[in-house]
Amino acid sequence: MLKYIVKRLIIALITIFAVATLTFFLMNAVPGGPFQAEKSISAQARANLDAKYGLDKPLFQRYLTYMNDALHGDFSESLKQRGRSVISIITTKFPVSARVGGMAVLLSLIIGVPLGCIAALNRGKALDNVIIVLATCGIAIPGFVICTLLLYFIGAKLQWLPTYGLSSWKHYIMPVISIAVYPTAYITRLMRSSMLDVLGQDYMRTARAKGLSQSVSLFKHALRNAVIPVVTYVGPMLAYTITGSMIVEKIFTIPGLGSEFVSSALNRDYTVIMGTTIFLATLMVLVNVLVDIVYTIIDPRIKLK
Amino acid sequence: MSEYLVNIENERLSFFTPAGEVKALNGVSIHVGEGEVLGIVGESGSGKSVTAYSLMGLTAYPGRLIGGDLYFNGHHINEMTEKQMRKMRGNEVSIIFQDPMTSLNPVYTIGNQIREVILLHTDKTKKEAQERAIELLTLVGINEPKKRLKQYPHELSGGMRQRVMIAIALACEPKLLIADEPTTALDVTIQAQILELMMELKDKLGMAIIMITHDLGIVASTCERIAVMYAGNIVEYGTTDDIFYNPRHEYTKGLIRSIPRMDATEHTRLVPIEGTPVDMLNPPKGCKFASRCEKCMKICLTEMPPVTQFDEIHYTQCWLNQKAEMEEASPQSSGKEQAGSPAEPEQDPQIAEGGAANE
Repeated sequence: MLKYIVKRLIIALITIFAVATLTFFLMNAVPGGPFQAEKSISAQARANLDAKYGLDKPLFQRYLTYMNDALHGDFSESLKQRGRSVISIITTKFPVSARVGGMAVLLSLIIGVPLGCIAALNRGKALDNVIIVLATCGIAIPGFVICTLLLYFIGAKLQWLPTYGLSSWKHYIMPVISIAVYPTAYITRLMRSSMLDVLGQDYMRTARAKGLSQSVSLFKHALRNAVIPVVTYVGPMLAYTITGSMIVEKIFTIPGLGSEFVSSALNRDYTVIMGTTIFLATLMVLVNVLVDIVYTIIDPRIKLK
Repeated sequence: MSEYLVNIENERLSFFTPAGEVKALNGVSIHVGEGEVLGIVGESGSGKSVTAYSLMGLTAYPGRLIGGDLYFNGHHINEMTEKQMRKMRGNEVSIIFQDPMTSLNPVYTIGNQIREVILLHTDKTKKEAQERAIELLTLVGINEPKKRLKQYPHELSGGMRQRVMIAIALACEPKLLIADEPTTALDVTIQAQILELMMELKDKLGMAIIMITHDLGIVASTCERIAVMYAGNIVEYGTTDDIFYNPRHEYTKGLIRSIPRMDATEHTRLVPIEGTPVDMLNPPKGCKFASRCEKCMKICLTEMPPVTQFDEIHYTQCWLNQKAEMEEASPQSSGKEQAGSPAEPEQDPQIAEGGAANE
C-alpha cells in the first residue's frame, strides 16, 4: 500500500512536469503577449517590459529558467496584476472557491446518492420517471442559465437571498446550488444505473433469503457495491469544482480562483496560466491517488500494487 | 394438513410482463414431510425454482401468486406479512443458490455474512455468534475456520463458497433447506462432496430438503420422492423407484432415456428429447408436452389430461395413462380415479410412512 502510494506520487510528479511543459509551449504558441494589447505603450516601453520579465529571451531558455525557478518554489509574479505573486493569488482565491465548491460537492452527494437509490428501487414507476426527467434536465441545462434564473427570481424578484459577494451564509446558497445541479444530476443517474445492476445480483437475493429487511440489505449489501462508479466520478469532479467555476463566480461576484483560469489565459498572463494549471494538475493527480485508496477501502477485491 | 412440513396446494403463479401474462405455475401441489428429501426435476423455465421461491415469499417482480394455498411449518404463507416472512426466512427455511461464485457479497468477509444471519434471528451476542460461526464452518468441513472467517469470498474456491453458503443456510437450524441446483456451477468431484455433505447434515440435523435440479443423477442418489415438472405442471410424481423403474409420463421416460449410460458402447448416441420448450406466453391448449411427445394423440392437443393415480404416491398427468386406466377399469371406478388427487387428506399418514420406509 505504502509502496503503491510512493510509486503513484512519483508518477504524479512526472505527470505534473509533462502538463507544465505542454502548457508552457502551447501558451507561447498562441499569438500575442501580455503587453501587446495595450495601445498606449510605446515600442520602447514594451521592449523594456519584455526585458524586465525576460520575455525577450529565446523560448527554450525561458522554459528552463521557469522550470528551474518553479522547482525551487518560485512561481514568480503575475505579469498583469502588478506586485502580486502567483502563489499569493492562488492562496487567497483558492480557499474561497474551495469553500463554495466543496459545499456543492457535498450537496450533490447528499442529494444525488439517495435520489439514485430511490429511482432504482422504484424502477419503472412514476417516481423513477420523475427523477430521471429531473436528472436529465439537470444535466442538460447549462450552469449560466441556472445562475441567471436563480439570480432573477430568488435574488431580484423575491429578494429572498443576496445576489453578490460571500459575506454571510445566505450568500452561499445560490452559488452552491448553481454549481451542484450538474453533479447532482450526474450522480443520480450513475447511482441509479449501478444500483439497478447491484439489485439484480445474486448476493442481494441471498440477503433477502437470509430474512434481512429491505433497508438493511440496501444500506449494507447494495450501497457499498453500487457506490464505486460514483467514487470514480466524484474524484476528478471534486478537483474541478473546488478550483472554482468562472461562470458562477462572475455571475455572483465571488472572488474565487475559477475566473483566474479564464482571465489569465485571455490576458496572456503567462505566469498565472502556469501557476493555476500546475495547481489544478497537482490537485487532479492527488485526488486520483485518493480515489484509488478509497476503492480499496470499499472493495477488498481491489488490491493496490 | 399439519402433518406436512410443506404443503403446497394447487399453486398458480403468473408473471405479469409487458408482453402478457406468463403462467409459470398452473396448479402445482407439493408435500414434504419433516426430514424428507423431495427432488424437483425439469428443464429451465419449468417452474422448479419459482415453486420453491414462492414458498419463501421470494417471488421476483412481476410475479404474483394468483391461486392455491401454501403452508409451511404451520404458517399460511398466503396470509403472511412481509415482516412475518422475514422472520421465517433464513431461520425456519433456508436456501442454497446455484452459483456460489456470485451468491456471497464480495465486499464483506465470510464471518460477517455468517454472523449476520445468526445475529438477526437469535439473541446471541457478537461473541457467541462468532463461536457459532466457527462451529458452522467446522460442520461444513472447512478447515482453519477462524482464519476463513476473516477472508473475503474471492479468496475462496467455488466449492468452499458453496460450503459457506450451506453454513449460512444452516446457521439457525432450519426445518427446511431448499437447494436450488446447488451443484450445477461446481465441477464433478466437488459436486459429489457437496451432495454428500448435504445428506450428512440432513441426517444430523433432521431437516427436510427440496432439491431442485435438472440432473437426474443427483435426485437418484439423494431423493426419496421426485416431482417431474414441465411447463408449470407436475407431470409425474412418485418415489425415486417409481420414477426411475416405472416412469409413466412420456417426458419422464424421455429424461431417463437421455441419461448417458455407463454400459453403453462407444458409438451409442445420446437420445435427446426433440423439440424446444413451450412458449410460456402463448402456451398450447392441451397437454403442454404434446408438441414434443412421440405418442401424441388428438385429445392431447385440445384438453389438459387429468391426474392418473397409480398408488397413494405415484401419479401422472397424461392421456396415455388415462386411456390405459379406462380400458382396464370399469366405467364407474374410472371416474373415482380421476377425482383422486395426491392431496387427499386421508392419505397423508401413509405417504409419510412411505417416505420413512424408503430411507
